[in-house]
Amino acid sequence: MVEGLNLALDQAMAADDRVLVMGEDVARTGGVFRVTAGLLDKYGDDRVIDTPLAEAGIVGTAIGMAVYGLLPVIEIQFDTFVYPGFEQIVVHAARYAWRTRGEVPASIVVRIPFGGGVRAPELHSDSPEALFAHVPGLKVVCPSTPEDARDMLLAAIEHPDPVIFMEPKRIYRAGRQDFPEEPPFDISSADGVTTDYLSKARIARSGHDLALISYGATVPACMEAAERLSSERGVDARVVDLRSLYPLDVDTLVDAATACGRAVVVHEAPRTAGLGAEVSSLIHERAMLDLEAPVGRVTGFDVPFPQFINEDDYIPSVDRILAGCNKVLDW
Amino acid sequence: MTDILAIIGDGDEIPDGPRPQGLSDKALLRIFSWLVLLRTFDERAVALQRQGRIGTYPMFWGEEATQAGPLFACDESDWLWPSYRQSAIGILRGLPASTPLLYRRGIGGAHGFWNPRTYRVAPICIPIGTHLPHAVGLAWAARMRGESLASLVWFGDGATSEGDFHEAMNFAAVFKAPVIFFCVNNQWAISTPVSRQTATETIAEKAVAYGMPAVRVDGFDPLACWSATRQALDRARTGGGPFLIEAYCYRLAPHGTADDPSRYRDEAEARRWRALEPVGRTAAYLRRLGVLDDEREEAARLEASEIMARAVEDMEAVERPGPAILFEPVYGSAMPWTLSEGLSSFPAEWVAGGA
Ligand SMILES: Cc1ncc(C[n+]2csc(CCOP(=O)(O)OP(=O)(O)O)c2C)c(N)n1
Ligand SMILES: [Mg+2]
Repeated sequence: MVEGLNLALDQAMAADDRVLVMGEDVARTGGVFRVTAGLLDKYGDDRVIDTPLAEAGIVGTAIGMAVYGLLPVIEIQFDTFVYPGFEQIVVHAARYAWRTRGEVPASIVVRIPFGGGVRAPELHSDSPEALFAHVPGLKVVCPSTPEDARDMLLAAIEHPDPVIFMEPKRIYRAGRQDFPEEPPFDISSADGVTTDYLSKARIARSGHDLALISYGATVPACMEAAERLSSERGVDARVVDLRSLYPLDVDTLVDAATACGRAVVVHEAPRTAGLGAEVSSLIHERAMLDLEAPVGRVTGFDVPFPQFINEDDYIPSVDRILAGCNKVLDW
Repeated sequence: MTDILAIIGDGDEIPDGPRPQGLSDKALLRIFSWLVLLRTFDERAVALQRQGRIGTYPMFWGEEATQAGPLFACDESDWLWPSYRQSAIGILRGLPASTPLLYRRGIGGAHGFWNPRTYRVAPICIPIGTHLPHAVGLAWAARMRGESLASLVWFGDGATSEGDFHEAMNFAAVFKAPVIFFCVNNQWAISTPVSRQTATETIAEKAVAYGMPAVRVDGFDPLACWSATRQALDRARTGGGPFLIEAYCYRLAPHGTADDPSRYRDEAEARRWRALEPVGRTAAYLRRLGVLDDEREEAARLEASEIMARAVEDMEAVERPGPAILFEPVYGSAMPWTLSEGLSSFPAEWVAGGA
């Protein structure tokens, strides 16, 4: 996935001179996860910028640049460190379009490596996506494959609205995938196309007995759970990778629930008021009569992300996902 | 404001300054033993990380003087506010050395955290600069109640870019809170040089705009760090308000065990600064004073190794906690049902842990 993200940045910067990258340690070292590696040499220090250590400053100045007409892509070093920039995102980035008659949206991308599972120190493993999905004016997306990472980041950069781009760091280096290097759309005339890449779920596995709905680092776990359901109980699960967390792809969700009659939502973030609650609610509202059982949830717990020795107790494992599926199947 | 206060010379061209008033031979030896203990902790922790017995670790090799020096100037009633770089500071206040090791082993709860009121040491702060307002709030509260205590808060050069630094400085000055802002200017924030954090020549001069005094000291010199902090504390305790100390030094080690500084800086420069590292330099100074000899130095090292050997044993005696550790300490009041339900989803035999 890291290569896919790097490719997207490279292609966007090559094709569109409004694009620039900034954040802490992104230029000289290419970022702590190496997502911006090589860009400084190619595009110079006017477009690949190591900033002072100040997230409110990074987000805030990016907004100003966007108002000027540039397309800044900013990197937050780790999930938890976005919080000092929260006010700028929630109050300003999210409302620029609204407060300028829709004419000047804050066209920024906020890239946030997030989530646990990499044995990181305390406060390096949060999943804050629901906080952003709750804020009107933001688009919130999360790829789970290298190709989606590339395509969605390119689209996010060219997209008019501010995009919170959640990067599941646990699968940063997992799942190599060959995909065509060519950008999926013409970057110089991306108007109107970008929304497609930022609003549609992906059917990661087809099936008709149970819809397993997830995003980010828990998608591969759901795929594994689906294989086991198939071999252990002959249940054919459809795996839906949400990709867009706001707005949700309601058609794909309702289709899946209607076709399968049973659904389970899986995410690593805490349960209460998480994305699972929204997905479950949508399905109940729109496909109630097609359901054989209430929608299930397999999520992180309502606790701070634990110290890393216990992180596997927190992160939904394949076994926990299976248990959640069995509950819904046996309801 | 560019002058740098130093006391320890180089035993050659740079003469030693006058011996600080108020530091007996015993006190000097105590400071030295603290430096040695911190150094031993740090080297041991790096070795444990390399062996996979603890997780990522941000070493402070070379910054021992910025920790032992100011702390020695404090009273027991003063509160300490470490950043993530001072993660072992509690051991100089009686915290078992196994506790910061367990924290770095990825164990929380009663093993890796502590009650800050017991030691007057706050939890270490990982999000940069965000603990500075807490240090101000505590000192301000104590002042409201007429209690004479101060806060000593550590942070890096990078932290001075965060809004919280500026807000904390301003609050402290406006309310005359007794706070010592101790900035360890090691000139690096991961790969970012201090010239990218600020356009001012010094960190110290930032104090002017908030209406508080400041001083720059040699961050490799524990006595300079001690002496500046002592003066700042005397002033703060008598209602004079906060003080900014800039301890100018250099990050001699990588940012942490996962970092490779050769990717972004000239390591020859780091090697040149290394000549100033505080443990060897303080030892040489104390020998010049006739306070330290081989026997005493050996005793300090032996004591530190023993403390650390015990700490590693204690660390390894702690078994992997069960999932109860995720839920039990989250609230100060009774666990909401959402948590009890989560906890009860684990098989009973797992909950206590030990696997
Ligand atoms: C709010 C926040 N943003 C980013 C980080 C990631 N980070 C960890 S340490 C560090 C550099 C800190 O530099 P400095 O304040 O000079 O302290 P030093 O590392 O030199 O002790 C950064 C950017 C963080 N911990 N917190
Ligand atoms: Mg620094």
